[in-house]
Amino acid sequence: MGVWFFARSSNIARQLKGQVGQGLLGIWRFGFSFGEIRPTHYSDLGDSGTLFSIRRFESAKAQKRIDDEEDRVLDFPGGRVTCNSQMAFIPESPEKQTLQCYRVLDDNGQTIVGSKFKEINEEVAIKMYSDMVTLQTMDTIFYEAQRQGRISFYLTSMGEEVISIASAAALSMDDVIFPQYREPGVLLWRGFTLQEFTNQLFGNKYDYGKGRQMPIHYGSNKLNYVTISSTIATQIPHAVGAAYAMKMDKKNACAVTYFGDGSTSEGDFHAALNFAAVMEAPVIFICRNNGWAISTPTSEQFRSDGIAVRGQAYGMRSIRVDGNDALAIYSAVHAAREMAINEHRPILIETLTYRVGHHSTSDDSTKYRPVDEIDHWRKARDPVTRFRKWVEKNGWWNDEDESALRNDVRKKVLNAIQVAEKVEKPPLAELFTDVYDHPPSNLCEQERLLRETVKRHPQDYPVDVPV
Amino acid sequence: MANLFWRSRGLALATRRGLCTSAVEEQKGKGGKAVNLFSAINQALHIALESDPRTYVFGEDVSFGGVFRCTTGLADRFGKHRVFNTPLCEQGLVGFGIGLAAMGNRAIAEIQFADYIFPAFDQIVNEAAKFRYRSGNQFNCGGLTIRAPYGAVGHGGHYHSQSPEAFFCHVPGLKVVIPRSPREAKGLLLACIRDPNPTVFFEPKWLYRLAVEEVPEHDYMLPLSQAEVIRQGTDITLVAWGAQLAIMEQACVEAEKDGISCELIDLKTLIPWDKETVEASVRKTGKLLVSHEAPITGGFGAEICASIAESCFLRTCLFWQLEAPVARVCGLDTPFPLVYEPFYMPTKNKILDSIKATVSY
Repeated sequence: MGVWFFARSSNIARQLKGQVGQGLLGIWRFGFSFGEIRPTHYSDLGDSGTLFSIRRFESAKAQKRIDDEEDRVLDFPGGRVTCNSQMAFIPESPEKQTLQCYRVLDDNGQTIVGSKFKEINEEVAIKMYSDMVTLQTMDTIFYEAQRQGRISFYLTSMGEEVISIASAAALSMDDVIFPQYREPGVLLWRGFTLQEFTNQLFGNKYDYGKGRQMPIHYGSNKLNYVTISSTIATQIPHAVGAAYAMKMDKKNACAVTYFGDGSTSEGDFHAALNFAAVMEAPVIFICRNNGWAISTPTSEQFRSDGIAVRGQAYGMRSIRVDGNDALAIYSAVHAAREMAINEHRPILIETLTYRVGHHSTSDDSTKYRPVDEIDHWRKARDPVTRFRKWVEKNGWWNDEDESALRNDVRKKVLNAIQVAEKVEKPPLAELFTDVYDHPPSNLCEQERLLRETVKRHPQDYPVDVPV
Repeated sequence: MANLFWRSRGLALATRRGLCTSAVEEQKGKGGKAVNLFSAINQALHIALESDPRTYVFGEDVSFGGVFRCTTGLADRFGKHRVFNTPLCEQGLVGFGIGLAAMGNRAIAEIQFADYIFPAFDQIVNEAAKFRYRSGNQFNCGGLTIRAPYGAVGHGGHYHSQSPEAFFCHVPGLKVVIPRSPREAKGLLLACIRDPNPTVFFEPKWLYRLAVEEVPEHDYMLPLSQAEVIRQGTDITLVAWGAQLAIMEQACVEAEKDGISCELIDLKTLIPWDKETVEASVRKTGKLLVSHEAPITGGFGAEICASIAESCFLRTCLFWQLEAPVARVCGLDTPFPLVYEPFYMPTKNKILDSIKATVSY
């Protein structure tokens, strides 16, 4: 980056000017500001389609057709390109139709005739469905707990439950997850317990994050789920670096990162995709295109045909998948994983879905989108219901199972809350640990001073944090 | 006599940077070939890659040796999978480095100029610095070291001259280290690479070729967060880091002619900094002057001055107290200017004037 050898560059520029003179600069200007300088032969504008054709050079050179091989193909540092004397801009969007979406299950939970997908056995299907129900139950109860003031914040996965759970089911436990914040389903799939979730939400002493982050910022080293941060898109380049490390270590695993449609506007997204392609990193990028970045609709976020089309521009394979179709997601992620690991390449998956819930408990989405729209997605297009229909059609699930599971999970979540809220907060000492591997002297001093202050003014401090 | 000298190489700036300093003569562990600072960095990187197969070096243009030649020969020796170019994107390469480090590797990322580190600011501040803390020590990216050439060079203008260290000194979780000489650079860089915390290592680019000193060829580390008194004195304590120490040294020599005995401290690690060494010196001399190239307002010198004013102005202090206002001689509060660089810089005479004013307060 930058123009370090600017002294040398300007010399070169001067030399070039001397040698080539007005000719070079003239052409340069020609190409970029034809509005100002319009040579007389441009008056022939009636010949539409050849406006910027080779003809503009006719006055400088004898007429010459591009017909020999030498003129048709040019070598550039990036490779060989063929030339065409007809100026044609690439259109801003596909001429025929937008990118198609891979779908296996119809709205009634029937597999679409002729669809290709990865088979799921009964055991996996039931676990997937049970986790979806668990996630729905957690979301309902935790959301309510926030409304009651028992936890400070919450954020649901409503409408997007199957993306995290179906993708997690298609991955291996060795695959390292770099999540955003709407993928607790991956943790559930991997075995994070309700008590572990709840401890984090309450920031009690059993929270692995030691009560330092807001609720929903889960993380688990044991489950290869890298702790969430609130910053948008920052985890995406991390996944690329981790994937590169896994490739170098010859691991039979990949990195997987999740993010929303809003994230794709961040520089980190573009940086990460470009790095992944160049580094040939085994990483799967899973975008939850749910239509809304808080209140900003995708029409105000980007003008591309969604996300998947961008993959090709970065030189990677990509696919658009129905994000409310668990079988399609499972199949696409399974195939992506094979390609990523066996061929050392990144894959971009765009899942099309809808954020049925509010952005978080700090948001009321009815202020910026129609209630009808939300209801339509909640009722008519619910991804969990669609998957349930498929599981039931296979004879693996019935109403009794359903009510037994929902009752059981509900009790467990309520119980987890009762347990978690009685557990004390992490001790004051943990305020100062983990900033560095060992607290430096300034932190030791600050801890000492703080403890004295707390002793003098205990009324200023929460009683549930052991000092 | 001197094991370090500023090689002139016929450059105008060499005269401004002065010649050998008594400070560096006192360094321990003499021996080894005389090499310049970029070669010392190069030695450190060779050793880092050699001694740990989980070490990677990457950044813009590092494959062919880097624009300052610090990575010369590494790709040939260790292969293009461990030493490689990245796309031209600072946030991308730091983010990539965090992920690489999080998987248990030593990731050494080169930012081509410190002036270009800002696209990576979010990754450094919000990600690298907090990675361990926010996960409750379940994850860390302590293997990350970010190297960046910083500071004036005589003709770098706005974007090849800045000293952005203060931005990073405001970020708990990072270590910020700046070496003053080739031997220091090698030992401190190896310490940063092996430190289990993310570090930002600013290399004084003015000294890459100019500073030459005997550097032991073996693998050694110098302690972080440990300042060094590089010149003993009794009348005033001077604190600086990196390239500015050579200027301070010249001021010390001049001041001595006027009978002023200066104690010069190389802070080396800016955070977490060695307050005790500076305090001990100020309690002895009773006076403090801090100097850096970065703009004075909000510079790290302000933090040092405030801390020392707090801790050395106590009536209960058994030792000497501050006897004069703390002094700062720093860059101006302007963007780094090209033709005005000689005016902008905290030069020897500016420092000398300030030393005299403070001592005679």
